[in-house]
Amino acid sequence: MTLLKTQYGRRSFLKTTAVAGGGMMLGFSWLTGCQTRPIKEVMEMPKEWFEINSYLKIGENGVATIISPNPEFGQNVRTSMPMLIAEELDLDWEKVLVEQAPYHPSNFGMQFTGGSRGIMSRWEPLRMVGASARQMLMAAAAQTWNVSIQEITTEKGILYHESTGLSAEYGEMASIAAEMPVPEEVVLKDVNEFNLIGTSQKNVDGPKIVTGQPMFGLDYKKEGMKIAMIEHPPAFGMTLKSFDASEVKKMPGIKDVVLIKSYKDGFEKGGFDTNAFPEVVAIVGNSTWEVMQAKNKLKVEWKQFDTYSEITKGFRGNTSSKTVPSGLESTTEHKLQIDLLASKPGRIVRKDGNPEANFKSASKIIERSYSAPFLAHNCMEPINSFAHFNGDNVHLATPLQIPAFIIPTLAASLEIPEENIHMDITRMGGGFGRKAYASYVVEAALISKKVNEPIKLIYSREDDMTNGIYRPMYQATYRAAINDKNELIAFHVKAGGIPESPLFANRFPAGAIDNYLAEDWSINSNISIGAFRAPRSNFMAGAEQSFLDEVAEELGKDPIQFRLDLLKKAEENPVGKRNDYDAKRYAGVLDLVREKSNWNEDNSNLKRGVSAYFCHSTYAAHVLDVEIENGNPVVQKVSCAIDCGIVVNPDAAKNMAEGAIIDGIGNAMFGEMTFKNGTPEKNNFHDYRMIRMSEAPKEIDVHFVKNEINPTGMGEPPFPPIFGALANAMYKANGERYYEQPFLKNREIKG
Amino acid sequence: MAIFNLKINGKKHQIDVDNSTPLLWVLRDHLGLVGTKYGCGIAQCGACTVHLNNKAIRSCIVPISSIGDQSVVTIEGLSEDGNHPVQKAWLEHDVAQCGYCQTGQIMNASAFLKENPNPNDEEIEGAMNGNICRCGTYTRIKSAIKTAAENS
Repeated sequence: MTLLKTQYGRRSFLKTTAVAGGGMMLGFSWLTGCQTRPIKEVMEMPKEWFEINSYLKIGENGVATIISPNPEFGQNVRTSMPMLIAEELDLDWEKVLVEQAPYHPSNFGMQFTGGSRGIMSRWEPLRMVGASARQMLMAAAAQTWNVSIQEITTEKGILYHESTGLSAEYGEMASIAAEMPVPEEVVLKDVNEFNLIGTSQKNVDGPKIVTGQPMFGLDYKKEGMKIAMIEHPPAFGMTLKSFDASEVKKMPGIKDVVLIKSYKDGFEKGGFDTNAFPEVVAIVGNSTWEVMQAKNKLKVEWKQFDTYSEITKGFRGNTSSKTVPSGLESTTEHKLQIDLLASKPGRIVRKDGNPEANFKSASKIIERSYSAPFLAHNCMEPINSFAHFNGDNVHLATPLQIPAFIIPTLAASLEIPEENIHMDITRMGGGFGRKAYASYVVEAALISKKVNEPIKLIYSREDDMTNGIYRPMYQATYRAAINDKNELIAFHVKAGGIPESPLFANRFPAGAIDNYLAEDWSINSNISIGAFRAPRSNFMAGAEQSFLDEVAEELGKDPIQFRLDLLKKAEENPVGKRNDYDAKRYAGVLDLVREKSNWNEDNSNLKRGVSAYFCHSTYAAHVLDVEIENGNPVVQKVSCAIDCGIVVNPDAAKNMAEGAIIDGIGNAMFGEMTFKNGTPEKNNFHDYRMIRMSEAPKEIDVHFVKNEINPTGMGEPPFPPIFGALANAMYKANGERYYEQPFLKNREIKG
Repeated sequence: MAIFNLKINGKKHQIDVDNSTPLLWVLRDHLGLVGTKYGCGIAQCGACTVHLNNKAIRSCIVPISSIGDQSVVTIEGLSEDGNHPVQKAWLEHDVAQCGYCQTGQIMNASAFLKENPNPNDEEIEGAMNGNICRCGTYTRIKSAIKTAAENS
């Protein structure tokens, strides 16, 4: 048992919160419509709710509502986070309803979806919420029955007192429990006491999803609401010169056309205020189609901007200046710039031993270069936000990952205090990092303020795909030195990109090789970039794991055994002190995937590749089997091993791994955004290739390492290594190495 | 603007819109049937799939003027209370991640199963290739379609 003080998040336990009673946002019936019913049972709704704390209401009939704090974009936290509360509370999961919390950090802590940190950061706090509520129910029963609280036990929503034979459902004690003091300390269960955590529970939103009920930002509707769309510059490097809306304003259904300037002059941007197009023209009208027609007719002139600097604020309050270069950039030119920088020495980030001397004395050097293009997120739900500016306050309903990051910007741009900003968090139709950069909320709020109406801003697919926040363009060159005893004696990685380097200098194989050098470089750009599922790792893993495959082959070693040998060295006798991985757990996923894929059996008929990676606190390894059929690679099977510690909801975690594998294979084969004179060359799904069902693996087999380590994330870690597994398997299938993403671009696949 | 009489999910509706308005936006903006999703507007992603006379169509490119008296079924009208075999199979396999594309997937799959009640894997892939899922739920969609076929 773990005894914990409840001070952490104590404010969250305040019982008299508006939100718990559905109070603060009660005026918006759309939100209460976001309540979700479990699948199996149609429950009798309680006549009365009793607020136990800001996360929990219990009805007189024992039905409980748990408020899920974090934004949901498909990672299924709206199921797994309430499970953490229900576990410690010993609730009957069949009697749990889930509601989405609005943005309210003093009640709900850091409401954040990103970095695969959700479950990791909520693991203890949410269990404490459940444990303290349980304690309050037990105190209520002890008082009612006049017995000692120590003698009371709970199971599936029922309180028991063994010696007297008394029992009561939670609902019967809820009204008294709501008046009980919040306990000073609580005891959390040991892993072996879990009843709910570790069992597969279906997505609580499943029934709403399959019946098409409104949940997403794009579905939000309010009486009198207008539709708004924006016109942004057609190219990076351009800004607004002028526009003529006289014709458009006469078109049917069009209410107004307004200039939107997202930031006040001198505003210091935060790290997630990235926005290449701070000045846009907004068209507001009665319906989406009418606004789309007007948008096509709008006359706008654009001009190139001059190089400028902007001040950005860091998380610690530090500020830095960033230069945004002028010019209209093109992919062909980017490639030349990359080739040039990649051929020069980079900035040394880590050096162990004497790599230069060892490369000089090597009997063989392997050198390979890898590259990957910009990528667009292409969330299936295009960017959107509802906003209603009303005098001195604003109500927003928005699909976004990190509300806290945009609140200061909204306050500054709208010139209202932060406490006058009320935000409902809608379900997101995908996020993948894109919806962490919520400049669209600022646009929506400013449009509402200007036209003095509630509006919903919608980006067309074309607007969404050409608006920036791309995964950067990357390049990495790896070198390995081998001596005359056929030993790997030195390793060198030099990686860079536009506009940032993807290098992780302290990740494997750093720590496993005596002589090691890591360098980086970068090229500035005016194309805006942002986090994209496993930032930087999503390129480095594929490059590194493809290179290690070639080194293993050169050394005549089995690729899994080769990695395990390096990891053994890193575990027993690590080089350097700043190695960002646990070599034993890293080896653990390779061992597990070796076993589950029957790697050591006779597989001479299989064209298979292996890859493993550690990022976002979770270890993942894949073995991928491919066949070339009619010139197309067909992934027959992916075997996957994950170590994310305790698995809260196994089927949901498996779903995340499957999704990451399919998404990764799609991006590896097809994903690419290119530019010509600053203009994105792809703007919709007819030219931006996404993976389709027939290209997905025929079978995915996911396994988890069993341990009792606190859980870590699943959103990102299985994604990066699949790029390498695919490349290594394709090599086995047709003898060709894949150095340049997308793998299937302009390339005939031999088979 | 013109008046159109539509039959949607068995109910009659009269709406007054420009005759070029795609069915998608009539459903979403004018009738509040938001289960049909906007994904691309050019019939490339399948998120807007509905049934027109029992056939799956992309409502984002079908102008309202071409509907006439044909019957339209959207996800909201696929079953009384979510008990269509395809919807049930979707829940059984816990298909959804973000869920945005799933109504389109379900409408496409249900029309397909009507035409081909016992499809093999290749036929399922052929029928479903027009529906994009960025979350990568394809393997579970395929399993759910097989389950729905067995239970229909």
